[in-house]
Amino acid sequence: MDHLIGALIGAPLLGAGVLLVGGRRLDRVGHWIGCLLAAASFALGAALFVHMLGRPTGQRTLTSHLFSWVPVGGFRADVAFQLDQLSMTFVLLITGVGTLIHIYSVGYMAHDENRRRFFGYLNLFLAAMLLLVLADNYLLLYVGWEGVGLASYLLIGFWQHKPSAATAAKKAFIVNRVGDMGLSIAIMVLFTTFGTFSFAPVFSHATSASQAKLTVVGLLLLLGACGKSAQVPLQSWLGDAMEGPTPVSALIHAATMVTAGVYLVTRSGAVFNAAPTAQLAVCVVGAVTLMFGAIVGCAKDDIKKALAGSTMSQIGYMMLAAGLGPIGYVFAIMHLVTHGFFKAGLFLGAGSVMHAMNDEVDMRRYGGLRKYMPITYVTFGLGYLAIIGFPGLSGFWSKDKIIEAAFAKGGTEGWILGGVALLGAGITAYYMTRVMVMTFFGEPRWQPAPDPDEVPSVEPGIEVHPGELPHPHESPKSMTIPMVVLAVGSVLAGGLFSINSAFLKWLEPVTGHSEGHSPVSTWEVTAATLVVLAVGAALAWAQYGRAPVPVTAPRGSLLTRAARRDLLQDDFNHVVLVRGGEHLTRSLVYLDHSLVDGAVNGTAASVGGLSARLRQVQNGYVRSYAVSMLGGTAVVVAATLLMRAV
Amino acid sequence: MAFPLLTVTAAVPAVGAIATAAVPAGRRTAAKWLALGFSLATLVLAAVDAARFTPGGARYQLTESHAWIADFGVRYELGVDGIAVVLVLLAAVLVPFVMLAGWHDADVLDGHTPNRNWRPTQGFFALILLVEAMVVISFESTDVFLFYIFFEAMLIPMYFLIGGFGDRAGAKGEDEQAKQRSYAAVKFLLYNLVGGLIMLAAVIGLYAVTAHQLGGHGTFSLPQILQARASGQLRLSTTAERWIFLGFFFAFAVKAPLWPLHTWLPNAMGESTAPVAVLLTAVVDKVGTFAMLRYCIQLFPEASKWATPVILVLSVIGIIYGALLAVGQRDIKRLIAYASISHFGFIILGIFAMTSQGQGGATLYMVNHGISTAALLLVAGFLITRRGSRLISDFGGVQKVAPLLAGTFLVGGLATLSLPGLAPFVSEFLVLVGTFSRYPAAGVVATLGIVLAALYVLVLYQRTMTGPVKAGIEGMKDLKARELAVVAPLIALLVFLGVYPKPVTDLINPAVKDTLSDVHRTDPAPQINASLTAAAKETAK
Repeated sequence: MDHLIGALIGAPLLGAGVLLVGGRRLDRVGHWIGCLLAAASFALGAALFVHMLGRPTGQRTLTSHLFSWVPVGGFRADVAFQLDQLSMTFVLLITGVGTLIHIYSVGYMAHDENRRRFFGYLNLFLAAMLLLVLADNYLLLYVGWEGVGLASYLLIGFWQHKPSAATAAKKAFIVNRVGDMGLSIAIMVLFTTFGTFSFAPVFSHATSASQAKLTVVGLLLLLGACGKSAQVPLQSWLGDAMEGPTPVSALIHAATMVTAGVYLVTRSGAVFNAAPTAQLAVCVVGAVTLMFGAIVGCAKDDIKKALAGSTMSQIGYMMLAAGLGPIGYVFAIMHLVTHGFFKAGLFLGAGSVMHAMNDEVDMRRYGGLRKYMPITYVTFGLGYLAIIGFPGLSGFWSKDKIIEAAFAKGGTEGWILGGVALLGAGITAYYMTRVMVMTFFGEPRWQPAPDPDEVPSVEPGIEVHPGELPHPHESPKSMTIPMVVLAVGSVLAGGLFSINSAFLKWLEPVTGHSEGHSPVSTWEVTAATLVVLAVGAALAWAQYGRAPVPVTAPRGSLLTRAARRDLLQDDFNHVVLVRGGEHLTRSLVYLDHSLVDGAVNGTAASVGGLSARLRQVQNGYVRSYAVSMLGGTAVVVAATLLMRAV
Repeated sequence: MAFPLLTVTAAVPAVGAIATAAVPAGRRTAAKWLALGFSLATLVLAAVDAARFTPGGARYQLTESHAWIADFGVRYELGVDGIAVVLVLLAAVLVPFVMLAGWHDADVLDGHTPNRNWRPTQGFFALILLVEAMVVISFESTDVFLFYIFFEAMLIPMYFLIGGFGDRAGAKGEDEQAKQRSYAAVKFLLYNLVGGLIMLAAVIGLYAVTAHQLGGHGTFSLPQILQARASGQLRLSTTAERWIFLGFFFAFAVKAPLWPLHTWLPNAMGESTAPVAVLLTAVVDKVGTFAMLRYCIQLFPEASKWATPVILVLSVIGIIYGALLAVGQRDIKRLIAYASISHFGFIILGIFAMTSQGQGGATLYMVNHGISTAALLLVAGFLITRRGSRLISDFGGVQKVAPLLAGTFLVGGLATLSLPGLAPFVSEFLVLVGTFSRYPAAGVVATLGIVLAALYVLVLYQRTMTGPVKAGIEGMKDLKARELAVVAPLIALLVFLGVYPKPVTDLINPAVKDTLSDVHRTDPAPQINASLTAAAKETAK
């Protein structure tokens, strides 16, 4: 059975290769090839799951060594896989939700001339994501890590003719690269500390390393996680990533890829457990992002961007839980899985609504859709109830546990983190009720479709008749069936996982578990959560359900306006990084020509009197050569001294 | 006497150059095929060299040694170690693609009525073969003087290739362009000549020292010098070693090029045709970094260690500086040139980190940079030829009309930004990890380069390929069969070496080990050796 691990990745990788190299002649069957190979991977995953269940709890880790990848001196990177309970959970989530979204995309992308390529990219994503969770060492994980980044880049920018999509794709990749830098330096520190970066030896020796080293590794891994999981301060790309087709938002930017940071922290539990400072940093990042995403989610009128804010916030919950150590690992992953169901379902629902509404994304132009799209309404509604943590549904079980665990950290930290998590639950109820009400309830506020010449940016899913009001209709079966399946998961998953603490028992051998010392009892947390939930939902209902919703957004308070602009973080980036960078590169281009080039030419000419031809093109400012040479020499000497000192 | 395989490997392209040049003016197509045939024959020979080479065997293999100028101890000595054999193979692999990509670059334009003896096409292909021959013999030579001769001589055909064949994509008209081109060619020549002259002084100095210490029998032979030093017969004084080292290093740093001696490269790459630019940066410049590894470090270990801090600082500056300048470029080819400067920074950083990952990674980097730059730059060349402009702002929306061209350009770009799964990632990571293990600060700063690389590659892709289709792009044709035949194998190589670089690293590793033992350097040991205990466990099983 162990050899099948490679085939898990191989199936979608083959699909990507065939679809991308195969060319136009595969256009008619391409999407089915993509679906088939995704499903094959899921079937393999399920078979391995059954196999794993048949083994005793302590011996469930399967390994498979394919080949030696980069052997240079003491540096040994292998292409080798490790499938344990944690990886298995991800495999089922990735291939399960992945297959559903492949099927959904058959209908959603039916009219796109590049549908084959779309499925090629989706398959590529599955392969990279599976590699990420199956790798048995950090360097191979890094390959998957950047691989999903590539797939994300290609899919966000799938409609490359839209400048906004191309910009968003580039932004996502570059912001992620900043995080990736953290991950690569972490691997280097691991290598110099342990002589290896394979999971098993690193984790078994983690406690023999100095705490300072482990803290450095932990913080660097956190930087990587912040990039991939859109956590503050590297969150700015996720909202823009909604430029991609909606199935992409559902699969990559909600259910799977963005949770990779949580996987990384949980997988590296042995390192974090021995580095409390790094753990606290994870908690803080999680708590800050939880609030950040929630506040942004409250202010967005674009349905996908509101959901993106929500995703950020929910991953904040997971990060917070993962930062708690053994108290929280299991619940972080449990929330990750339930979130995978309901958030994917919500996004698919949003896609279905957009399809029905001339690809309109502004919720202020929706309203009253429950009558026209009953299946979408019900499935979206169940996802909504699940995410706000309505008693009995998935989110209730997983989010409550995280809030409890936050309190269980103990001390002042526990109270603060627990308080933030609790407050976040109220805000979640507010913004999700807002989305639900604005979309499906109230009077229709539909607007005529825009002229495609003026707004060339609509998704090419359906025909748009300029000037006509939308004719909302239910989506085809290929789209509604995945929505129904995900809705069932949203309702049942959390409850099933909690029977007999099944999920806890399943994952505990990998992540460990401890109860912590909660200052509050379970029922007190549950009661408090239900109260804030009710308050949040009631507020939203009062604001958007009882009163009519204006079609153009009111000016709003200072906070609302800031939240609409992602709390001004993008503006900060733009002014400081983008503008600053432009000035820097421009002045360097100038300096390279006038100073460096001039200095070298000048030296050559004055030392050797070499060429009259070169002299013609010098700018002639002898003093500037002298100054630049002096300056350059000083820099080099200073840096050299610094190097010697280090 | 054994079959002189190395001589033949270098001689075949040289003979090919003469044969191509001799083809009559009217038979241009025949000349192209003839040149391509010779380059393919060279490739076969390079592959035979690699196959005959035994990793872990003698340090220099397939050796040939003949007296040449006995009075000055100059010998005709050839021999390859794992590093040289890999680089010979790189040159031999790339040249056929360079020719195929530049198939029409030297055609006689319509409307020109050439006189009977005007043969630019023959000249273009002959010069390429001549460069190849000289590069190959530079890699193979183990005699310092012999190396020096070809190191310098290759400037001449390169000069004519840069100055004589433009890409017909200048914005300012034919005359202005010819002026720019000749400026670039002269600048290339002068920079490298100055480097070469200083090296010549150092070469003579080396001879004088050996002659003085070895009882009048001066020598240029690398194996002999290494042996004499190992046995204690030859002891260079610290001062002498440092001066001679500097002379060698300066020449190699100009050729590589290392910041701040880089400014000739953007001119030369910008003005020459894309295939010539590939020949320059992917093949010829590698002689510079190769020579640092072979001559600087092996001949002058103490001086190399002495100079290391400065060189590391210059390399790191080059990495960041080159990348920042690439971000600010408006010209596609100049952008790629600055990216190359950044990459040369990585190579030199890896060499002077003096760890097995650093030097092994640097050698692999030379190979991967060659292939990835070829892929990116040749596709860029196809693009530029179609539009008749090198300015980024003249492009936009190409993916809509020429998806294959855009796709292959993206793959080349992704290789340039070292995406895992493609070859350059492996070498870049090795260089970084090898540097970090000895000089953490340099390693961390150099890692910034990976963010900047993403920036300049993706901005370039976005501006040229995405968005609405710009005026002048509408009718652009997608890749033709010949162009696809250039790009597809290069991409396949990038993927193969990204997934399975072991065949190459197996060749390189023993040579790097020898080099490191020349400088008496061992890899820094990890604080906790977790891998050893794990390996011990495995053997226990």
